[in-house]
Amino acid sequence: MKAVVLALRTLRREWKSGELGVLVLAITVAVAALTGVGFLVNRIGIAVDNQAGEVLAADLRLESGQPMDDKAIVEAQARGLDIARTTGLFSVVFNGDINQLTSLRAVSEKYPLRGRVLLSDEPFGEPKPAQGNPARGEVWPDSRLAAALGVSVGTQVNIGARTFRVSRILISRPDQGATFLELAPSLIMNEADLESTALVRPGSRVRLAQLFAGPRTGIAEFKKWLEANKKPSEEIEDVEDSAPQIKSAIDRSARFLSIASLVAVLLCAIAVAMAARRYVHRHLDSVALLKTLGATRGFTLVVSLVQLTIVGLLAAVFGSLLGFGAQAWLVKALEGLLRGDLPAPGFAPLGIGFLTAIAVLSGFALPPLLQLSRTPALRVLRRDLGPPPPLVILAFGPAVIAIAFLIFWVLHDRRTAIAFVIGVAAFVALVAAVGWLLVWLTTRFRGGVGVSWRYGIANLGRRRAESVVQLTAFALGIMMLLLLAVVRNDLLNDWKRSLPEDTPNFFFINIPPDEHEQFTAFLEERGALHARARPMVRARMTHINGTPIDDIKFSTPRGREFANRDQNITWAEVLGDDNVITAGKWFTREDFGKPLVSVSTEYMEEMNLKLGDELKFDIAGETRAAKISSVRDVKWDSFQPNFFLMFAPGLLEGSQGTWMTAAHLRTKNPKTISDLVRRFPSVSVFNVDDLLSQVRSVIDKAVAAVQSVFLFTLLAGLVVLIAAVQASREERRYESAMLRTLGANRSTVLKGLLSEFAALGVLSGLLASAGASIAGVYIATRVLQIPYTPDPRVWFYGVVGGGLLVCLAGWLATRSVVNQPPVLTLRGA
Amino acid sequence: MSVLKAESLTKKVTSPEGMLTIVNDVSLDISAGESVAIVGASGAGKSTLLALLAGLDTPTSGRVSLAGADLTALDEDGRARLRAERVGFVFQSFHLVPSLTALENVMLPLELAGRRDARAAAAETLGRVGLEHRTGHYPRQLSGGEQQRVALARAFVTRPAVLFADEPTGNLDTHTGERIISLLFELNAQLNTTLVLVTHDLAVAGRCGRVLHMDSGWLK
Repeated sequence: MKAVVLALRTLRREWKSGELGVLVLAITVAVAALTGVGFLVNRIGIAVDNQAGEVLAADLRLESGQPMDDKAIVEAQARGLDIARTTGLFSVVFNGDINQLTSLRAVSEKYPLRGRVLLSDEPFGEPKPAQGNPARGEVWPDSRLAAALGVSVGTQVNIGARTFRVSRILISRPDQGATFLELAPSLIMNEADLESTALVRPGSRVRLAQLFAGPRTGIAEFKKWLEANKKPSEEIEDVEDSAPQIKSAIDRSARFLSIASLVAVLLCAIAVAMAARRYVHRHLDSVALLKTLGATRGFTLVVSLVQLTIVGLLAAVFGSLLGFGAQAWLVKALEGLLRGDLPAPGFAPLGIGFLTAIAVLSGFALPPLLQLSRTPALRVLRRDLGPPPPLVILAFGPAVIAIAFLIFWVLHDRRTAIAFVIGVAAFVALVAAVGWLLVWLTTRFRGGVGVSWRYGIANLGRRRAESVVQLTAFALGIMMLLLLAVVRNDLLNDWKRSLPEDTPNFFFINIPPDEHEQFTAFLEERGALHARARPMVRARMTHINGTPIDDIKFSTPRGREFANRDQNITWAEVLGDDNVITAGKWFTREDFGKPLVSVSTEYMEEMNLKLGDELKFDIAGETRAAKISSVRDVKWDSFQPNFFLMFAPGLLEGSQGTWMTAAHLRTKNPKTISDLVRRFPSVSVFNVDDLLSQVRSVIDKAVAAVQSVFLFTLLAGLVVLIAAVQASREERRYESAMLRTLGANRSTVLKGLLSEFAALGVLSGLLASAGASIAGVYIATRVLQIPYTPDPRVWFYGVVGGGLLVCLAGWLATRSVVNQPPVLTLRGA
Repeated sequence: MSVLKAESLTKKVTSPEGMLTIVNDVSLDISAGESVAIVGASGAGKSTLLALLAGLDTPTSGRVSLAGADLTALDEDGRARLRAERVGFVFQSFHLVPSLTALENVMLPLELAGRRDARAAAAETLGRVGLEHRTGHYPRQLSGGEQQRVALARAFVTRPAVLFADEPTGNLDTHTGERIISLLFELNAQLNTTLVLVTHDLAVAGRCGRVLHMDSGWLK
C-alpha cells in the first residue's frame, strides 16, 4: 500500500520528465492500431460472407431435385430466420413462332434474401434495382432471352399453359451462377403463377431451393440442424462457395491491413523498450536511495509496476477509444463494402486493447523494470554502480514471447505468422549489422571533417551500441514513412491499374469452334477490346492415383463439390500474367501432346492433391489420364478467362468442345450485344459488370482502409523517433554543458549535435531506403500479387529526408541543451 | 553501550590489476550517542567503510553489528528493513527524490517504516532545520544549502540510532557548509543520535568526539 501511495504521489512529476508520455503514446498507438484494424478485419470477414451470400441470394440454401417438405422452413421460422423459396426448371418460352429453351425461376415473396435483382427497360440496358418480385401474370426475361425472342417490355410470351406479360428485362439476379454453370437464358416469374403453367408434373425435372438468411450465429446453428435433419437428396449450400473474385480481393486487403497494423505495433514496442530503458536509467538513483532509506527490492518493484500499470491502463483506454473511433471512421469510409448485420461494437476491441497493452508492456518494459529493482543501495555512494547484467533469456525472452503472441493472435495463420516473425527478425538483425558497420566506417573516416562534425561523429562511435539501436529504430521509422509516402502510392496505383477501365465486363461461352474466329472478328469490328480466347471442354474427374473418386473422402465441402461436378477444362501454350507457377514447371514444347495437367492452387488444396499425382477424367465418354506437372496461383479477380485445370496442348484438340472469351463492352450500347446474340445464337453471354464493380469497390475501399492503417504506422514511426531522441537527451545535455564550460560557443555545440543527428539520419535513411525497396517488392509480389516497379525517388527521399527529419527531431528534442546555461545543467547533474 | 561494532572487516574487489583490498581488517566499536569522524585522503577507503558499516555493501570477511543486529547475517531486504528503523543518511550530493516535495522527501523514511504520523513529524523536523516555509517546494526549486537541510531533516526525522554522513559539505560553499555542520551537530545533540561522519575536512572532524584515520584501507 505504501508503495502504491508513493507511486501515485511521484507519478505526476514523473509525467513531466517525458518518458512516461512516450510510453503512453507508444502503447496508445499500438493499441489503437490493433483494435481499429482488428475490428475492421473482423467486419471485413463478415463482409466477405455477406458478399458471397449475395451470390447465393441467401446465407444458406437447401436444394433438392425431389419434392421438399416444410420441415426446414418450420424450423427456420421458429428460429426467426428469413425464408424464401425458388423453383427452377427448364422449359421453352414462345413469342409467337420464335421459341427458346429457358431456365425458369419461380420465386417466392422476399426473394432474394441477399443481394438484389437488377432490371432494365431494354435488353442489356442501364440496370436499376428491382422493387419486389414480378406481379402475378408478369415475367422478367433476361437480356439474352429478350434478344433471342425479340421481345420488349409489354410483349406477351407463352410459357406452358399460360400467357404472361413482359413487364421488365432482367439484367442480373444474385444467384445466377458466377461459375457459368447455368448456360441457358433465364426468366423470373412469380411462384404463385407456376401451377397455372401446368409445367410441374410428377417426374418433371425441377430444382427446388429453400433460402435462409439471418444473423451469423443463428445461421451457423441452423446449418448444424439442417445437416442432422436433411434428407439424403437435399444439399446444403452456404457462403463458403462461389465468388472467388471478391473473396480473393478482400482476403488480400485483410492480410495487408493486418500486417500493416502489426508493423505499427512492433514499432511501438521498440519505442516502449526505449522509453522503458530511459525510465530505468533515470530511476537508478531513486531506487538506490529508496533502498538506502529502508525500502526492500519488492517495494521498489511495486512502485515501478504501479506506475507502469497506470500508464498501461491509461494508454489502453486512450488507444481503445482511438481504435474504436478509427474503426467507426473506417467503416464509414468503407460504406457499401460492409453491409448486412454487422455485430454491434461490444467489449471485444477493449479486450484487444488491454491485451495489446499488457503484451507490449510485459514484453518490452517489464524486463528492464525487474532489472531496475536490482540496483544496489551502494549506488548512493558510487554512481558508477548499476544493476547486475540480466540473463539474456530474461532480457529478451518476454519480448520474443510478446511479439510471437501478438503475431499469432493477429495473423491466425501459422505459416504467415512464422514467415512474418522470421522476416522481422532477419530484417532487424540485418539493419543492426549493417548499421554497426556503417557507424564503424563513419567513425573511421571522421579525420577529414571540421571540429563540429568530428565531435558529432565521434559521439556516434563512442556510443556505438546506443547508436546502432537508434539507427535501427530511426531506419524502421523512416522506412515506414517511405512506405507511406512513396511506395504506398506506387503500390496502390499498381493495384488499381490491375483492374483498368477496359477490364472485360462480358464473358462469352459456348462459342462453336468453327465460329470462334468470326466471333472475335465481330467483337473487334465493334471496337470491343477482347481478352484471350480459350478452348473449353467439359470433363468429370473419375480417379485420383487410381482410386475411384467416389471412394475418396474429401475434408472440405468445396473439395466434394469439385469432385462431383463437371469441370470446364482447357489447354494452352502460353500462360497469362495472371497465373503464376508456384510448383513444377509450365509446359515446354517437348511437353506438347503429353498427358500433363497444370492445376490451380485452390483446387490442389481442396482436393488434397500434390505434384505428380495422376488424375483420370471422363471427357465426352472417353477416359483420359494426366499427371499434375505444375501448380498455378490464379489471380481470379483479373477478370480474364481462367481455369482450375489446364492441359498440355496437343492432347484434347480432338475432343468435342467450344470456346470462351471475354471482352470489354460499353453497356450504354446494348445494341451490340443484341446483334451479337442474334448473329451467334448458341453463344451464352454473361454480363459481369456488377461483379466487376463489386471487386473495384472492394479494392477502392481497401485502398482507403490501407491508407488509414498506414497512418497508425506513420504515428508509430514518429513515436520511435521521439523515444530514440529522448533516450539520449540527458547525456547530450550534460556533454554540451561540459563543452560550453570548456569554451565552446553555442553554435559549435549546436553544430556538433546536429552533425551527429545528420550522420545518424543519413545512415538511417540509407538503410530505410533499402528496407522500403525490399518491403515494396515483397508487398507487391507476395501480398498484392502485382508487378512492382522500383522507384529511385525512395533513395533520394530516404537519405535527404531522413537526414533532415532526424536533424529536426534531434534539434527539437535537444534545443534546450544549448539554450540552457551550462551551470544549470551541471548543477542538476 | 555499543551501538555499532565492526570486527576484522575486510573488503576486496577485483580490478584489472588484480585483487585490490579497499578496507583491510578494520575493527571498531562505537557507543550510543558518540560522534566519530573518519578522515583520510581520497581513495583511502572511507566511503567503502561507511557503506559496510551502514549495510549498503557486504564485506569480503568480518562482521558488523548495528543496534544489536548482525548485518552480515541479513540479506539485502533484511538490511534495508534495519536501515528503515535504525539508520539515517546524509550524502554529499543530497540525494533527494526529484519528483517529491521537500515535505514528501522528509516523510519518505517515516512512510517506509510504516509511521502513521509521517506528515506531522516531517513538518515538525523541517521546522527544526528552518524550512517550514519551503515544504511544498521541489528539490530543483531549492538552493544547495536548502537541499542539504531537507536531507538533514530526512535523516533525523526517524530518530535513528545511527546517522551516517558522507562528506555532507562537499557540494557546498564554506559559509553554507559551516551552517550545515552546525545544524548537524545541533540536531545530533538534541536527539542524542550516534553520528558517523566521513570527511576530509579536519576542522569538521575536530568537532566530533573521536577521529579515526584511514590510510590505504587501514584504520589507524
